[in-house]
Amino acid sequence: MAQTGRPLSPHLQVYKWQVQMVSSILHRATGIINAVGSLVIVWGLASIAAGPEAFATFTGIAGSAFGTILLIAWTLNFFYHLCNGIRHLAQDAGAGYAVQSFIRSSWMSIVGAVVLTALVWAYVLTGSHA
Amino acid sequence: MNKDLRNPLARARGLGSAKEGVSHWMLQRVTALGLIFLTLWFIGTILSLLHADYATARATLGKPWNAVLLIALIVTMFRHATLGLQVVIEDYVHTRWLEVASLVIIKFIAVLAALTGVLAVLRVALGS
Repeated sequence: MAQTGRPLSPHLQVYKWQVQMVSSILHRATGIINAVGSLVIVWGLASIAAGPEAFATFTGIAGSAFGTILLIAWTLNFFYHLCNGIRHLAQDAGAGYAVQSFIRSSWMSIVGAVVLTALVWAYVLTGSHA
Repeated sequence: MNKDLRNPLARARGLGSAKEGVSHWMLQRVTALGLIFLTLWFIGTILSLLHADYATARATLGKPWNAVLLIALIVTMFRHATLGLQVVIEDYVHTRWLEVASLVIIKFIAVLAALTGVLAVLRVALGS
């Protein structure tokens, strides 16, 4: 970028925080994290192809306390990107541009992600699937 | 006087200054649509395999339909990821050489990771 010394826009530090900007920033951030997560999926698949020892190493790390915390965070991260991605697809089709529905759908993405994450991990942590 | 400064041919082609038109935008959305179904199927499959032993996991991965959907997931996922990361890098990395280097590196990583994933699925599905 040319260093002109002029003030830059937008001035994030003086903006009043609104849910619409949070949902937009979060979409990019969660997308980046999902890109890293996709490497974990490949690691898991490769460990199955490699054999029982490699698979045991993978499930051992994924099932550890630290791994479980990361997986829960990743689940929330993924479901937010999914919900907000569906919201973006609807907006690309021309729906939901009124300010009120824009704000409402932003909150739906956030709440939807939390609810879906809670459902998945309630199933994982409480069910008896031996 | 014609107020449109664009060449009529350029306008008809609709490819813009980057010569690729809306293909990046469109591919980002088409892969997104595919990933809605593929990722939800993947999560369902993972949840059905909770605490499964190695043999069960391997047998599930090797079933033809699962292998096909997994390869579709891997290819679509990395394509979608590189399209998205590309936009983020173009928006925020303002040092030109760093921008170009980042764009190339994410594509190298994505291709290698996708090939690794596809090979892993094929090795199990084809039983070697």
